[in-house]
Amino acid sequence: MRGAPLSMTVLRPQSAEEAVSLFADNPSAKPLAGGTDYMVLWNMGGANGQCLLDLSGVKEWRTIRKTAAGLSIGALVTHAELRDDPVLRREFPLLARAAAVVGAEQIQNRGTLGGNIANASPAADTFPALAVYEATVKTVSRKGTRSLPLLQTFSGVKKTNLEPGELITAIDIPYLPKRPHRQLFRKVGTRAAMAISKTVAAALVWLERDRTVCELRFALGSMAPTVRRLKAAEEFVKGKRLTAEVAAVACELLKNDVSPIDDIRSTAEYRLRVSRNLLSDFLLS
Amino acid sequence: MISLTVNGKKRNYKGPPFKRLIDVLREDFGLTGTKEGCGEGECGACTVLLDGKPAASCLIPVCQVQGRKVETVEGLGNPERLNPLQKSFAEHAGVQCGFCTPGILMTASRMKKTDAESVRIGLAGHLCRCTGYMHIVESVTKTPKGRKR
Repeated sequence: MRGAPLSMTVLRPQSAEEAVSLFADNPSAKPLAGGTDYMVLWNMGGANGQCLLDLSGVKEWRTIRKTAAGLSIGALVTHAELRDDPVLRREFPLLARAAAVVGAEQIQNRGTLGGNIANASPAADTFPALAVYEATVKTVSRKGTRSLPLLQTFSGVKKTNLEPGELITAIDIPYLPKRPHRQLFRKVGTRAAMAISKTVAAALVWLERDRTVCELRFALGSMAPTVRRLKAAEEFVKGKRLTAEVAAVACELLKNDVSPIDDIRSTAEYRLRVSRNLLSDFLLS
Repeated sequence: MISLTVNGKKRNYKGPPFKRLIDVLREDFGLTGTKEGCGEGECGACTVLLDGKPAASCLIPVCQVQGRKVETVEGLGNPERLNPLQKSFAEHAGVQCGFCTPGILMTASRMKKTDAESVRIGLAGHLCRCTGYMHIVESVTKTPKGRKR
């Protein structure tokens, strides 16, 4: 079966206000941003008969704004725009690097950060970076606006805590209080482009003057139904020097916060081993 | 109705709004240069330029192209008058079966850096199952500079 154009209903709001209003009146509609994942499903005949809220006419949510607290990234900002934004590259390089490995050029020009979040893939490349930067997802609906911490936005594989009628408007990222001593973004996939991650990591670490850990933030994607911070490992290394023994215990603790599976892309064992290697390399580099 | 510009010409489309751009180009506008490979946005064959940027036309419903500019391989040159990039592909054997070529030409036509490393990175989203990429990369790196491609 293929996608059947005549089975589809398309709502085409031309402003943010109209989008909210149309969505409130048609709560079963599916918001469509860049469509880079939705269209794959639709092409295979997996989404016929749906009503779509096409957000391509909405201009308001397409910019990256500097605020006193950090950057506010409009939900419809594309991965290409994230990848190339000079302020983002300077302040939040892990997110810019993640955006640069989403699909390839022709996907980065279309896919949006808000769409990526609403799509809630466990393998989304931007989520570990957003998780270590402690991003907040801003939404709007006819009932008003709300802010959700990124980790509380997802409820499972391709599931979010967004309500019918609720749209993502922006993703806010607070400036880091201090520059981290080391940072990491690493995607492990099969191909240089277009790969879906087997595991994907982002990390920041701040050290005290005596080289003990002040704070570690380490997040993994493709390792659980939703993106995860390694709470147990982060807590364990706090106040300790990063010796081989400390790193080994942190790597052992890694599995407390993830639940990798065997699937078409990889195995649970491989994912766990590679993720531990990434954590170990980062702590001991 | 959806109005768009294709290869510099204004076009109107009156069919269902959720038809894919690739199907509108091929079936409604008769522009069959754009090929469908995988239909999943993985292979790059269907790449066109949307407002000057490469995009997978198999993943774009035509309703999202209202008022925008689309460029396809037909806009680069024609068999009688190939553009320098197309000529270079012919000269350096960058084409075998030719199915991936239109998409590769569109992405390559927008490349700012054309050293071999940049070309390989720039074309990473395109699969060719014939050539092993060497001749494709060479075709791009050896395209004469300075003229509009």
